[in-house]
Amino acid sequence: MTAVSAPSTLTASRGRGMRKFKNNLAAVLVTLAFLIALVPLVWLLYTVIGKGIRGLTRNGFLTQDLGVRTFQDAGGGVVHGIIGTLEQVAVTTVIAVPIALLVAVYLVEYGHGWLARATTFMVDVLTGIPSIVAALFIYAIFFVHFGAQFAGIWVSLALLMLMIPVVVRTTEEMLKLVPNELREASYALGVPKWKTVLRIVLPTAFTGIVTGVVLGIARVAGETAPLLILDKYTTHTNWNPFTGYQAALPLVIKDQVSNLGSSFSFTGGTATNFAPERMWGAALTLIILVMLLNLIARLIGRFNKIAD
Amino acid sequence: MAKRIDVTNLNIYYSKFHAVSDVNFTIAPRSVTAFIGPSGCGKSTVLRTLNRMHEVIAGARVEGKVALDGEDIYANGVDPVDVRRTIGMVFQRPNPFPTMSIYDNVVAGLKLRGGRMSKSQLDGVVENSLRAANLWEEVRNRLNKPGAGLSGGQQQRLCIARAIAVEPAVLLMDEPCSALDPISTLAIEDLIQELKEKYTIVIVTHNMQQAARVSDHTAFFNLSGIGKPGQLVEIDETEKIFSNPSDKRTEDYISGRFG
Repeated sequence: MTAVSAPSTLTASRGRGMRKFKNNLAAVLVTLAFLIALVPLVWLLYTVIGKGIRGLTRNGFLTQDLGVRTFQDAGGGVVHGIIGTLEQVAVTTVIAVPIALLVAVYLVEYGHGWLARATTFMVDVLTGIPSIVAALFIYAIFFVHFGAQFAGIWVSLALLMLMIPVVVRTTEEMLKLVPNELREASYALGVPKWKTVLRIVLPTAFTGIVTGVVLGIARVAGETAPLLILDKYTTHTNWNPFTGYQAALPLVIKDQVSNLGSSFSFTGGTATNFAPERMWGAALTLIILVMLLNLIARLIGRFNKIAD
Repeated sequence: MAKRIDVTNLNIYYSKFHAVSDVNFTIAPRSVTAFIGPSGCGKSTVLRTLNRMHEVIAGARVEGKVALDGEDIYANGVDPVDVRRTIGMVFQRPNPFPTMSIYDNVVAGLKLRGGRMSKSQLDGVVENSLRAANLWEEVRNRLNKPGAGLSGGQQQRLCIARAIAVEPAVLLMDEPCSALDPISTLAIEDLIQELKEKYTIVIVTHNMQQAARVSDHTAFFNLSGIGKPGQLVEIDETEKIFSNPSDKRTEDYISGRFG
């Protein structure tokens, strides 16, 4: 300390060394924990990028499907998977977001009684539902009772049940963050409640809501169980999620996995098994897809702030 | 345009808690009335019942009568939304809408009520309201910038501009200067003097000098004890309250011998 002239109690205080030691120890532990938490993330990214970049950068990987190619035929890509994933997630999002927003608005702005408590409880339960249970539920209703055929749309319906609670929860938190003073300011101007919610509360929470939606999308984009139960893999591009088998990136990956150890004979030369590079390439594509969505959400958030 | 307020036998409850008991007073149009009193005495609560803003809080209810130029604002079939369109309010902390520009903040009330107005009409409202709030010169060149980017005092004047843009008859102010520095406070106080030409103003304040400076009439609220309902001790001309109050409790409070 600066008090040099007199040996004050400040400098002479006993246990000062101990206190400093504890402080440093805590700082070191916190930093260490952070680094440990970072290890799997960095490792995962390193592995997927390292192994996937070759497949990803192959000519046609992002513009062609596999078609009739087997694991030993060069060329082709995962565009059938990308289209399937994008369409299924898009259908889910289009249905889930309005429902989730309305539920969240109800819970924060209107709900007080038993119905609100029941809804909150249901959302909590839904948050913890394993994706395979959601898939079986759809299977039980649509396949068993109505004789539905394998198609992308059923996957979307199963994903719906996984996405809605995520978006409800985050939107709820964001709406609660909107200061009550803004609602009061609006009421005091003689603005009715529904318009206050629509024009003041929701726009104020907009950035957070978009983040919630993206979190929800990221949650369902890589889901595999519904795909395995409600859809079947195909190597051809199917633009129609309502009829016919439709691939998705996780299905592409899974199909490659089943070919990883395939042995084959080839007369008059060496052959390559393309399954591993396609598998890692598809995995990298999925990660990049989710990351792009995140990026778009951030841009929307940023844009919204500037437009203030 | 300004209107008279008559409050008769007003009792306010939060669920079972009796917050304010048996308040009676009359507020003349084109005057400034200040509510003073210790914290928790119910002066803000009474203020909020004048435009039914207390109803925002679950469980709050009112007995008695509040009349605006003789018209009971609690009568059956009266929509609180309509009441608030006639009786505007400015809050303790400046609360401009953060997603809106200065311009949009001023016309927020008009736009959100769904009235159709031309761009030039809106422009006129914005300029008039901001001029009335003594903010026009400071912001005329940045009307499209966010309202939240202004200083605290400017934000509060923006909120006043927003409140008067919808042309209320009465303006309620709930400690409008308590979050502001002395210079901004002075600006608001000057503004109140100008606004009283057109509006009936009721202001809650913890600052007795402020009450003495800006108001024509002063109402002193007090509690008889913890957990007991607040009550109106007396209401009179400000000069009389601060020089020769008729109630001993008022004298004790304003001379600092409270308690």
